[in-house]
Amino acid sequence: MNTDLIPEGAALGAEETFSGYRRENGQTGVRNHLAVIPTSVCAAVVAARIADLVEGAVAIPNQHGCCQVGADFQQTKRTLIGLGQNPNVGAALVVGLGCENIDAAEVAAAIARTGKKTDHILIQDCGGTLRAVAEGARRAAPLARELSAMRRTPCPVADLVLGVECGGSDFTSGLASNPATGAASDLLIQAGGVSILSETTEFIGAEHILADRAETPAVAQKLLAIVRACEQRSLAQHVDLRGSQPTPGNIAGGLTSIEEKSLGCIHKAGTAPIKDVLAYAEAPVGKGLFIMDSPGQDVDSVTGMLAGGATVILFTTGRGTPTGSPFAPVLKISANADTCVKMKDNIDIDVSAIIRGEASIAASGRLIFTEMLRAASGRLTKAESLGHREFGIYKIGPTF
Amino acid sequence: MNHLAVVIQAADNVATAVADLSAGAAVSFFVGQDARECELQEDIPIGHKFAILDIPAGEAVIKYGEAIGTAAVAIPRGARVHIHNMESRRGRGDRS
Repeated sequence: MNTDLIPEGAALGAEETFSGYRRENGQTGVRNHLAVIPTSVCAAVVAARIADLVEGAVAIPNQHGCCQVGADFQQTKRTLIGLGQNPNVGAALVVGLGCENIDAAEVAAAIARTGKKTDHILIQDCGGTLRAVAEGARRAAPLARELSAMRRTPCPVADLVLGVECGGSDFTSGLASNPATGAASDLLIQAGGVSILSETTEFIGAEHILADRAETPAVAQKLLAIVRACEQRSLAQHVDLRGSQPTPGNIAGGLTSIEEKSLGCIHKAGTAPIKDVLAYAEAPVGKGLFIMDSPGQDVDSVTGMLAGGATVILFTTGRGTPTGSPFAPVLKISANADTCVKMKDNIDIDVSAIIRGEASIAASGRLIFTEMLRAASGRLTKAESLGHREFGIYKIGPTF
Repeated sequence: MNHLAVVIQAADNVATAVADLSAGAAVSFFVGQDARECELQEDIPIGHKFAILDIPAGEAVIKYGEAIGTAAVAIPRGARVHIHNMESRRGRGDRS
């Protein structure tokens, strides 16, 4: 790690830019994907085959969307719409079977409100798999050609929407990679951007510290309420959360309780005041630091932030993890020197110098910030270069 | 962090090993600005914790200046602190 390139105390202000895709609605993407979105699990294979045929198309492997009710149904629908609306998506094709309760036309219309080209097909209307794949590819191919002609332009750093995530945590996460990522998050917020902290499970035991940073008492109450509800769900299982959270790997890495894990986890959101608490997959309104209600399970958590509009993900890990995201660059940051060597295919940024006493949190935060801008400008992350597109929608109710 | 163990807040009663440490070693660390030393009662793997004070049974184990759980038994200074002798206070559906 060469921290000499980024002098400590160097100001990173609103004048910093990256190369992004300006969208019609004023938002800015850092990628230009053609999203193929199946509204239900029944349409997922057809969606994947359409994406195989069309250059630059990415299908999401949706496992839900049928026979869901109430808040669980709304959450899946909100997530699918949010994914299509994400500024990293340049155009979208929505694929429905035709009988699921998430309506493909409604999802496509909601995505189209952002101004991007959107189309939809129904497998039952097309007349089966082969005709639906052909029709989907016929409609998606012109969208792919249009996207290929779009160009990046200089955009202010304030346009970025960051999601911070941690996974496979060990002792180095709370000591080094999370605080350094928090420093990068603070730099983005100082420059006028948005940062989202999720993983409600990993606030348990640290929620009082976050609540003290809420901008209003109402926001503090919302935050405490989501943590209470999360803990209540675990109590209702009549088991000790330990062994699942912290995970066996966390425990092997030295973390003993959810409280200890949480107190380390929250550092990745830095020190900014908390503007508001968002539902899973809800888009933030305004700038600054937001909390999103999500499980600590990384893939569901990142999917929620992506659907809420996050365009870049900073992901800290101690033990190492390969996970990526369908539409956003995910940068892996580790302060575990062994993991940086053993899992080098997956770790983008080595901040183990903090543990060795050779680099400060602030300097490492600036390094992360600089790498984030390079990724935002188009440089593939390790997860992207290896085709990692992990995806999962957080279910909050039974399927009927 | 040039030392082999880190104490994050002055209120903490545990240190985190940043290298594999052996029983009998005298390990130095800072508590705030004060340099301290502790003789280890057992091997401490990298990333794991040891008590820097005697922690009576039922008392809070403190890291980051916050309670991370409760000592299930009396934990002597220099002993490893982990799931065998520290209970979590949260998410205890097994007790509800």
